[in-house]
Amino acid sequence: MAALLEIKGLNKSFGGIKATDDLTLSVETGELHAVIGPNGAGKTTLISQLCGLQRPDSGTVLFKGGDITLVPPHRRARLGMTRSYQITSLIMEMSVIDNIALAVQAREGHSFRFVAPARGDRQLRDRAMDLLRRVGLEEKAEMRTVALSHGEHRHMEIAIALASEADLMLLDEPMAGLGAEETRAMVDLLNGIKRQHTILLIEHDMDAVFALADRISVLVYGHIIATGTPEEIRGNEAVQHAYLGEEA
Amino acid sequence: MTRKSLITLVVMALLAILPPVFYWTGNAFYLDLATRLTILAIAAVSLNLILGYGGMISFGHAAYLGLGAYAVGIPAFHWLYDGIGDWATNGLIHIGIAVAVSAIFALITGAICLRTRGVYFIMITMAFAQMVYYLIVSIEHYGGDDGLVIDTRSELPLLNLDNPLHLFGLAYVSLVVAMLLVNMIVNSRFGMVLQAAKGNNERTVTLGFNTYLYRLTAYVISGAMAGYAGALLGNFTTFISPEMMDWRASGELMFMVILGGATTIGGPVLGAAAFILLEEVLVDTLGWLESPLHSLLGTEVELSNFWHLPFGLLLIVIVLYVRGGLMGLLGRGED
Repeated sequence: MAALLEIKGLNKSFGGIKATDDLTLSVETGELHAVIGPNGAGKTTLISQLCGLQRPDSGTVLFKGGDITLVPPHRRARLGMTRSYQITSLIMEMSVIDNIALAVQAREGHSFRFVAPARGDRQLRDRAMDLLRRVGLEEKAEMRTVALSHGEHRHMEIAIALASEADLMLLDEPMAGLGAEETRAMVDLLNGIKRQHTILLIEHDMDAVFALADRISVLVYGHIIATGTPEEIRGNEAVQHAYLGEEA
Repeated sequence: MTRKSLITLVVMALLAILPPVFYWTGNAFYLDLATRLTILAIAAVSLNLILGYGGMISFGHAAYLGLGAYAVGIPAFHWLYDGIGDWATNGLIHIGIAVAVSAIFALITGAICLRTRGVYFIMITMAFAQMVYYLIVSIEHYGGDDGLVIDTRSELPLLNLDNPLHLFGLAYVSLVVAMLLVNMIVNSRFGMVLQAAKGNNERTVTLGFNTYLYRLTAYVISGAMAGYAGALLGNFTTFISPEMMDWRASGELMFMVILGGATTIGGPVLGAAAFILLEEVLVDTLGWLESPLHSLLGTEVELSNFWHLPFGLLLIVIVLYVRGGLMGLLGRGED
């Protein structure tokens, strides 16, 4: 397998705090690679740098072999990278299907099209409806996004990530704030889409990570201390110490 | 049909029928009032494209009204005093200049303004508008702050703008076209991106849209439409002055949009109508109260000068308590 995403020696500081510290990581085509780490380990800073919202102080990010370290966010999306948000980031005033259709629209290049009504566009609507079906939200299509539950919002995030048909999906804590049952539903959903997509999963929920990941990297204070299969990580002493704390 | 579209249709039907009826029954004044209302409604509809649908709170939209009006006034001025060719009274050329100058002004200022957000955006749009205001004030040749009389109205094929009915008809048809245009734009793919960027810019950017360019495009379209309205306004007033593009005039346009209901096609028209009619009614009512007050107090009080006071209070109440403006109030109960 070839590396789809390669991060080499990434550094990012905020004042005196090193949020990312000489971070090196590679994600291979087709795998579901999870990054775990305790609170404040720099997971969200990492994902912000990967999608271009924050600029690293030093280091490089290679995507499909090309250097994208300084490429602006909307261009990264064009290159085939998509992200979901830890804190739900949807367009609340728009309907559920409008949110998804917008993501489908983004896939089809520029949208400087002023004449034909977008909501009457069968191509957009049908594709959006397919995606909603895949995440089990087809019955809520016409509802206003703000009216849906948190768990449903998380599913919408996945549908949007799928809509982009991106080569790499960055999923930022898709289980955040979900109850036990909702988490199970999300694990099932992700199990259904893995293999068809390369996924970098940033996640807090250990059970979910161990159930889903092909490989796991452990992030502590901005640095990757170990990478391996779930079994390897489970048995890694440094990880147990750093991640599970002294009581482990 | 939704209740909001029904209200819009009713308002547009009344606006089409009532003014000519007033005119034919000897109340020409009301036709004038309706023409002013209709022209300002075009500007309000154009502002709504960026303010309502785009979330760009521009506090400088009256600048385009002024630019459009001077695009009529300045060629007419040179035609009269310098004897330049008759092309200088051609309405199509006036409108062409008005739209082009406004679009270019919007492109240049928008490119800068749209790098800012929130309060900064409001302030910088206002600053650019004031810049144009002071520019016109400083050009003595065109009357400076005394303004400029337009001696001849634009000449258009088939129409005679000296005929108030023709001028009203042109303004009315232009308003309808403006509304259809904005409706088409906001429902297009472009419009979806524009509204998404208003709701959640970061998400829209990470989806792959360069929202800056989408916003700028909307800003230019909106400015060009308002410039067109300015050309009509110049023909209507036949007197242009920097007053037209004062920040207060920009504020009035904003009020029309918010009062009527932003993010609806008919809202700004309803707002412009309410604004103009209310102004008229308040001035009349207060003027009517002057003589009893005179006999009561023994001194002359020019009460009608204070019409802004009750007007302002009304606006505050509507903005505070009626979500979605008048359109939201009348079209209640539906999404």
